[in-house]
Amino acid sequence: MTQISSDSVYKQAIEKALPSVALRWSEFRGQHRIDVPAANIATALTALKEAGMDQLCDLTAVDLLEYPGATDRFEVVYLLLNTSNSDRLTVRTYLNEPNLQIPSAHPIWIAADWLEREVYDMYGIVFTGHPNFKRLLLPDAFESFPLRKDYPVKGRGERHNFPIITRAES
Amino acid sequence: MSTAASRHDLSRFGSEVMRFTPRQCDLMIVAGRVVMKMIPVLQRIWMQMPEPKWCISMGACACSGGVFDTYAVVQGIDRFIPVDVYVPGCPPRPEQLIRAIMDLQDKIKKTGTYNAREFQLRILPDGPKRFDEDELIRIRERNGLKLEEHKYDPIH
Repeated sequence: MTQISSDSVYKQAIEKALPSVALRWSEFRGQHRIDVPAANIATALTALKEAGMDQLCDLTAVDLLEYPGATDRFEVVYLLLNTSNSDRLTVRTYLNEPNLQIPSAHPIWIAADWLEREVYDMYGIVFTGHPNFKRLLLPDAFESFPLRKDYPVKGRGERHNFPIITRAES
Repeated sequence: MSTAASRHDLSRFGSEVMRFTPRQCDLMIVAGRVVMKMIPVLQRIWMQMPEPKWCISMGACACSGGVFDTYAVVQGIDRFIPVDVYVPGCPPRPEQLIRAIMDLQDKIKKTGTYNAREFQLRILPDGPKRFDEDELIRIRERNGLKLEEHKYDPIH
């Protein structure tokens, strides 16, 4: 993996696409991260795709409830990869209740299809523009979002909300 | 798998026939944790099995959920389907499963299924009456035929 500098083609591309938006770049042990406002995330991702980030490695979310120093509730993380020169970039955006809507990355990378559905399944973040937006893992009747920090580990009784078959009935 | 393999051969104890459709089964072994998404499937499998049927809950996870005390894992399948024998252990030894099947055989001998209605009928004699050998001897004695005295023969 090559070390990319913060004033690389990606920074130029994203600043050209979003000239008046305050972007925050950070670096940790050679890994570069950029924080983009949620309203501009589609533009930023499109610019990065055109700059060479042709693979979406992962798309996930973090619930920052009671996280030390956190100011926002949810963080959506995009891990991007340039497959021609192995550049990697982490794109983060922040969301707060009650507006948990973000444009879908499915038109940019088709790999976002199930990843966004999983994020919705576990965190309840709605990706607008997704072609088949529904729960991925949990049953459709499930009403909670279990990876949120305010959801109890043992659930709210969903696991035992089933009919009981007795010996006499079966 | 090891229970049915060569080292602990389950078929020595009269449980050789494995069927992979519930419609031919009379014993279901639930061998692991069941998440809540699979409970309707498990119940459907149980309802598809013909009577008489029994269920073994194998391992700590199937009996109680084990260490997986989360929103998705059912804390014991006996909450939703009837269970006859519980096998503890994480994982259980093959000997434990064999013992569970032998216990189940004892249970079936004693009680049959839930109310033993299948086995109550078998206690009553049905069909033609058994031939009484003593009656034949009495008939021959009445007719003056003498029976041959039985000689002790250690070989035959």
